[in-house]
Formats: sequence, C-alpha cells, structure tokens
Amino acid sequence: MYRYSTYILVLLLLTAYSGSSQTAEEVIHQIRTKLEKVNDYEAKGKMKTNVTFIKIPIANVTVYFKRPDKLRIKNDKGLSFVPKGTVNLNLGSLFTTGSNFDIIDVGKESGSNLRIIKMLPREENADVVLSTLYIDEQKMVIKKAKTTTRENGTYELDLTYGKYAEYGLADKVIFSFNTKDYKLPKGVTFDYDDGSDEKIPDKMKNRKGKVEITYSSYSINKGVPDAVFNSP
Amino acid sequence: MWQLFQIEVYKIFRRPRTYIAFAVIAFIILLIQIGLKFGGKEYVGIVMSGLNETFEAPTDQVLNGYFVCYLTLNLLLIHIPILVALIAGDMISGEASMGTLRLIVAKPVSRSRLLLIKFTASCFYTLILLIWVAIFALLLSVLLFGTNDLLVAKVSGSNIISSADVLWRYFAAFVFAGIGLITVAALSFMFSVFADNSIGPIVATVCVIIVFTILTQMQIPFYDETVKPYLFTTHMLGWKGFFYVKGVEGVTVDGSIENFPAIVKSGLILLVYAALFVFVAIWYFRKKNILS
Repeated sequence: MYRYSTYILVLLLLTAYSGSSQTAEEVIHQIRTKLEKVNDYEAKGKMKTNVTFIKIPIANVTVYFKRPDKLRIKNDKGLSFVPKGTVNLNLGSLFTTGSNFDIIDVGKESGSNLRIIKMLPREENADVVLSTLYIDEQKMVIKKAKTTTRENGTYELDLTYGKYAEYGLADKVIFSFNTKDYKLPKGVTFDYDDGSDEKIPDKMKNRKGKVEITYSSYSINKGVPDAVFNSP
Repeated sequence: MWQLFQIEVYKIFRRPRTYIAFAVIAFIILLIQIGLKFGGKEYVGIVMSGLNETFEAPTDQVLNGYFVCYLTLNLLLIHIPILVALIAGDMISGEASMGTLRLIVAKPVSRSRLLLIKFTASCFYTLILLIWVAIFALLLSVLLFGTNDLLVAKVSGSNIISSADVLWRYFAAFVFAGIGLITVAALSFMFSVFADNSIGPIVATVCVIIVFTILTQMQIPFYDETVKPYLFTTHMLGWKGFFYVKGVEGVTVDGSIENFPAIVKSGLILLVYAALFVFVAIWYFRKKNILS
C-alpha cells in the first residue's frame, strides 16, 4: 500500500511539473501573439554598419514597419547604404508562412538558459530553410535568431530589450549577414597606391557583415503610410 | 623682379593659345556633367558593381555634386598636364623661335633669375588653370547635382565620406594637384630650355606623361615593383589619398586620412622632381650659347 502511494505521489509531481513548462508550440504561440500586437511602427535610431570592404559613417535612421512584412530603413541624412536582407530585422517575418512549419524543441542552452526552438518550413520551395530561435521564457522574447536561407546564406539577429519588450521590440539589434564578393575591375578607379592595399587578401577573407541599430524611440500603431515603403 | 614676373604673366595671357586650355577644360567638364546628368545612373552602377550585391544603394543619392567632381578630377587630372605643357613648354623655346631670347638675356638680370621668373610665371598660369578646374568641376557640379555624402570606390574597398567632411578634402586635393601640375610644368620648362621651337618640348612632355601614365596604370607586377614607385605620375595621384579615410569597425572616421605619411612622401617626391627639372634647366641655360 505504501509502495503504491509513493508511485502515485511521484506521478502527481511529474504531472504538476510538466504543467508548469510550456511546450515549444505554446512558446511560439505566445511570442507570435506578442509580436502581432504591433501593426506598424516608426522607430528612430542610429545604424552602424561593419562590412570589411566599405567604410560607412554612423547613420541616424528611421525604421518603418508595417505588418505583415514591410520594413524600410531610411537615413535621415546622407547616403543610405542598407544591407540586403534587412527585412529580416522584423521578427514577424519568421512567422509569415503562417503555421506552415514544423517545430523542434531543442531544449535549453547551457549557461544562458535560453530555450532553443527550431522551425522548419514545410513548403519545399521556401527561401528560408531553417530558423533557430533562442527565447527568454521569462520575458517571452526572442533574444537571438538564426535564419538559414536558400539564396542568401545565414542571417543572425541578436536582440537586447528594454522598455518596448512588452511589444517584442528590441532596443538594440545586431544583424549579421553574409557579404557577397567585392570586385571592382582595376583601371576603373585609377587608385592611388598608398601602401594600404597590401591588406586586401585579409580583408576579403572575412565574409561576414554586421549592422547594429540602437533604437532611441518607437512610435507604435500610429499608422505608417504605404508610400514610405515605395518611395526611393 | 616683380616687374619681370608681371611682364611674363602678361605675355602668357596675351597669347590666344593660353585660353584654349581654359576653353577645353570648361568644355570637357560640361560634357561630363551633361553626360552624367542624363545617363549617370549607368555609370554609377558600374562604380558600385562591387557593392550592389550586398547593399541596396541609392544611385540617385550617390550621383551628387561631390561625386561628379571626384569623377571629373579622376578623368581630367591625367589630361590637364598636357594643357600645362602647352604654356610651360613654350616659355623659353617660344622666345628662341621668335628670336627674342637673346634680347631677354641681354637684360641686366642673371640667367638663373630670369629662368626662375619664367618658371614662376608658368606656375602662376598652372594654378590659375587649376582654380578654373575647381570652379567648373566643384562649384558647377554642386550647383547642378546638389550635395550629399561622397562615395569613393577603390579596388580594395570603398569609402563613404560625410558631406560635412568633404570640402576640406577637395581643398587639400587641389593643393596637392597643384604640386603635381607644377612638376609637369617644370618638366616641360626643362625641355623648353633644350629646344629652339615650341613643338618639341610640348610633344616631349606629352610623350613622357603618356608613357609614365601607362606604366603607372598597367598593373603589371614587374613594372609595379621596379619602375612605378619612381615615376612622378604615380605620385601625382596622391590627391586621391585625401579621400581615403580611416575606419574603425567599418565606421568612417571623420577628418581622418588613411595614410597621410604616404601623401606627404608623394608630395615631397614631386617637389624634388620639380626642383631637379628646374635645376637642370638652369644648369643648362647658364652655359647655353644663345644664338637666336
């Protein structure tokens, strides 16, 4: 009798424990719900670009977003060199295929205790092959996302949250991407040889680029005209 | 001395051929500007071919007055030396061919001083020509295309320079280009001393510039390692060094120059060449038997 009651107690404890931990599907659902609270936003911030073959000044930018997947980064002043693929800055773009993906629960990352969830689109021709999300379950926000695409390599997002965490909007985003080859035919530019070109081979080896946007303010759900996304 | 200088300058600007250079420069710059105004996007596309695959870059914004000026100088500063040679190559040989050289050296001024005055007048003409280029290439381009950040494309990587950080670079670049053109003027002036007609020194200068420019731009390792570092045409491109900026983690450092010592070295090499050419001219002219 005593043995049976012990079994029952253990079973009850296990049931209670499993009830407190959410499934990967539930976590994804909560994240999506949070992100879907934002229909549009206009955010001000500073953008720092780090690509080996170009030097760009830090830019004051305005980032416009409108659901489901419109995103535009505009320099307030100066040349606007925005890396391709920055539409992936919008976390909502991870879920644009609706629920048409398989979810794999990888467990928790040692050290950070972030929940790792992989999403595999079911559509065979989808550009995104795999998305891996690192989720802070307490705040229910995505802290890191890795997206592997068919055509454009792998994108990585590192996000730091502050006062807009309730909307799933980060205060700081570091967007890493694969850069394409930089080739300019010799003779087009008549370069002055100041001795700096000896470093070229090393420069070209690093094929990763980074964009860091630090947001100063968001204006959420106030409406963003479509023209913003079409204008040059 | 001042009076002699004024006379030499007067002689330069009295000749109609002097104004050919000004007219040609204005015409070429206008041609470039009109071409870029109506078909510049394609050209910018070529310059940005290394960036277009990674960035969404706004061609319209790249094609601004500062970019057009940079491009114009890129094209022109190879050809302006030819226009400089037109005058500097005529300074002594022109007098010889007209039969006035003997008259001039008969004046109570030493031959060395006379040559220095004539060379200074050539430099004055060169600098006026350069100011003319600056007015057309920079001011007119800014008026026609407006201003924005400047994209400078290089084989080893591009720079974007904030619009507020551009003007002083142009000023420095024009000063440097002035040194380069004075070197060409000195070369042409030196040839002028050896000849009795103007065609020879002008053609000789043009030939030297063409050959040296080809050697500078051919990018053949054998010449790059042996000859190129010693050619004055290599160092004449030093004005571009003011548009190569330093970067920290990919971010342009405002007010910086990537390799300032290299620019200073190029400037000094040009000055040494100019001094050498003038010295050779004086040395030869002092012992020259003037018969014309």
